[in-house]
Amino acid sequence: MNIIVCVKQTVDLQQVRVRKETREPVFDNVPLTIGNIDKNALEEAVRIREKVGGKVIAVSAGSEQLADTIKEALAMGADEAILVVSPEFEGADSGVAAAALAKAIGRVEDYSLILLGEGSADNYSGQVGPRLAEILGLPQVTYVSSLEVENDTIKAVRNLDDCFENVEVGTPAVVSVVSEINEPRIPSVTQILKAGKKPKEVFKPEDLGIEITRSIDTLSNLAPEQDRKRILFQEGADKDVASLAAALEAEGLVRR
Amino acid sequence: MATILVFSERDEVAWQLLGRAVELGREMDLRVAAAALGPADLRGYANRGAHTVYTSKNEQLQAFEASVYAEALSQVAKQAESTVILVGSTRRGKELAGRLAQKLGAGCITDADSLEVKDGRLVCTRNALGGATVATQVITTGLQVISVSPGVGEPVESPETAQVVEVELALKPSPVKVVARSDKGQDAVDIEGAEVLVCVGKGLNRQDDLEMVEELAEALGGLVACTKPLATDEKWLPEERVIGLSGKSGKPVLAICLGISGQVQFTVGIRDAKTIVAVNQDPNAFIWQMADYGIVGDLYEVVPRLTAALKG
Repeated sequence: MNIIVCVKQTVDLQQVRVRKETREPVFDNVPLTIGNIDKNALEEAVRIREKVGGKVIAVSAGSEQLADTIKEALAMGADEAILVVSPEFEGADSGVAAAALAKAIGRVEDYSLILLGEGSADNYSGQVGPRLAEILGLPQVTYVSSLEVENDTIKAVRNLDDCFENVEVGTPAVVSVVSEINEPRIPSVTQILKAGKKPKEVFKPEDLGIEITRSIDTLSNLAPEQDRKRILFQEGADKDVASLAAALEAEGLVRR
Repeated sequence: MATILVFSERDEVAWQLLGRAVELGREMDLRVAAAALGPADLRGYANRGAHTVYTSKNEQLQAFEASVYAEALSQVAKQAESTVILVGSTRRGKELAGRLAQKLGAGCITDADSLEVKDGRLVCTRNALGGATVATQVITTGLQVISVSPGVGEPVESPETAQVVEVELALKPSPVKVVARSDKGQDAVDIEGAEVLVCVGKGLNRQDDLEMVEELAEALGGLVACTKPLATDEKWLPEERVIGLSGKSGKPVLAICLGISGQVQFTVGIRDAKTIVAVNQDPNAFIWQMADYGIVGDLYEVVPRLTAALKG
């Protein structure tokens, strides 16, 4: 059984800083990585393969560095990768991503499952899975916190706002997972070394007939203004708490 | 006449959105329409500001399934000549938005926190870069699908009664079979509307110690909330108490952060608080950037004393 996992190349969000004067995010020297929830999707795919066999194929659209970024997914256990590479994917919207991924997935003859995270680490729009399902004419099962594949049936528990829903659907289908589905493995050194040698197919958008048409215009992207007092009470003993309580009272925040 | 079409699988969310849609419709010269599908309370839509309410008795709409509802709404949108479609940003609403947008060849923004008309364009803001920034965006396609975060609109009472149009929809049965559903049995706390939030993070060692946190919340007349790991990993608190990018956002007058390092995935949910107080052992924690007041120290030391001081 072949499983496709869609992953997104993003900047390492832990390392993005904000320029104080302009509130602009600073990307200089910030390494590229794959999203945390993407790792949950990969982990789930690898676990299913360990049970039922087949191949895990990582699919991604990203910048020229993607062949390097994708090693993380290959080290975690993906068997091969199909990549679409273009500088135009940087900051591209979910519609562009879904269209590119659909064409890349079209290279795979036979698959039972397309897995991805509920949202990307950076944009978190949650659109790519449903858009992909629509393009490919497949059922979608989103926000999955538990997953089983038996023969040709996918059994999933969905974690929705107010309920858990147990659903069943035939293969193939698009399944998006939430982070609590599993604990992604940390690849061993051997796996990391092997990752570079695993097969990768790398395409340009025009090779696959992908047209990049953006439908979102970003007018600005700034850190929100935070004008905080930043007063620390460090007198020690009981004085600090008394000062804090007094400050809260002075602000009218204490109900008596 | 072109319309702005509102849908949510939760009636009360749809009614809030209609309140905002009425204002936007006026500015954009669009008539307001609503889709009350499946088990929706059709009568409840009569005086919520919609000019037209589209409804259908199609049996495929009895339970919500995204692909079926996307197909239904695409047919309603065509009949209603919609140029803007607003859906509520629940999980179901978001999965619907993506599929619907793809079906209609539309651009889509999810989790919009604000919608304003500027120079005739509908300008949305939403969190980006994992919550570190706020992106201001417009959709450039003729038809726009936007999923809107809770709290953006207020329900209105309109003297005019909406015209009800029953539509014939061609729908196939859902390929996804629901075999069981279990309610989360939520304790119905209103984290988003709370005046005071006492938030706790990984600095807490044991579930039993929540009692101390609850006492502080009680002294302040507030609610206890938490970071994601405390609910999803430790399961010490229910998920509806989670603050942050994948949880709730509030606008309290006071947010107290106990043992929370201050990663953006969390702080995005409380950054609109009027006053933020932090208690943390780490003098270099990011939370200090966000705090109005703080004590560097062990929360086990500070919290009981603070509760006592506030009780006076």
